[in-house]
Amino acid sequence: MKEKYIEDLQEIKSIMNRSSRFISLSGLSGVSAGLAALGGAYWAYVTVYSSQMDLGYRMAALPENAFAQLMLIAGVTIVVAFGFGVYFTSRNARRRGEKIWDAQTKRLLINLAIPLAAGGLLALILLVHGFIGLAAPLTLIFYGLALVNASKYSLPELRSLGIFEICLGLIAANFIGYGLVFWAIGFGILHIIYGVLMHLKYKS
Amino acid sequence: MKNILNKLDKAFENKVRLGIMSALMVNEQLDFNTLKELLGVTDGNLASHLKSLEKSGYTEFRKDFLGRKPNTKYKATKKGEVAFKQHIAAIEQLLK
Repeated sequence: MKEKYIEDLQEIKSIMNRSSRFISLSGLSGVSAGLAALGGAYWAYVTVYSSQMDLGYRMAALPENAFAQLMLIAGVTIVVAFGFGVYFTSRNARRRGEKIWDAQTKRLLINLAIPLAAGGLLALILLVHGFIGLAAPLTLIFYGLALVNASKYSLPELRSLGIFEICLGLIAANFIGYGLVFWAIGFGILHIIYGVLMHLKYKS
Repeated sequence: MKNILNKLDKAFENKVRLGIMSALMVNEQLDFNTLKELLGVTDGNLASHLKSLEKSGYTEFRKDFLGRKPNTKYKATKKGEVAFKQHIAAIEQLLK
């Protein structure tokens, strides 16, 4: 008798989660996105600072061709990170017998995309106007806001990751000139840590 | 004990109806096919349980068109939400 109701409660919880949250998000996609970000950051580092040898504070004075190259690096990094993310997540969804493209996925992506697109465009506008130092803190902050927003529709842990990214972005705003370091921590290392934790927790 | 048992809602005794209500509690509205996939039931089974919930006044539907295909959306009524919460509360009391 009691077992039936315990089972009922579990069933209710499972249906509520499955119908409102996209839970197939794979931890490995976090790890691969982090590695892609570290790779991209290193590549950008080599491109921008190749003329400056010392560690520490740097003036990032971008020549024309470096700007185009940075955009290319950013593009390649995003494509690689997103590609691996989709690969690991769809593998995970298949294993759970769930579809990767459904109402939950759409809702997750839309809610992730709104703050992300706003932040991305703002960073681009500032970049064009020469405020290079603000790009890293702003992308971190807006990415964090996007994660907090999207966490309602996916794994609840995304919320705390988002809050970490926001804090990191705010700290980075105080240390203009170290943008790439903060960027590598936020998009690289935090992703890898979270990815590993999620992978262990959800066995994805 | 008997008191608590009386608070359990007969409408939610069935697994499919319980599932439909759970899904509609956390989603503004859902269409027939989404519910079907979510619960893994047949068309006829789902339709009959939806009808019975509707009869109790717990759910309502709205006919829409997706292009030219009819697309029926279901949602929980206020009455249904209250009844579901009471049912859950009764289960929790029972399990204490």
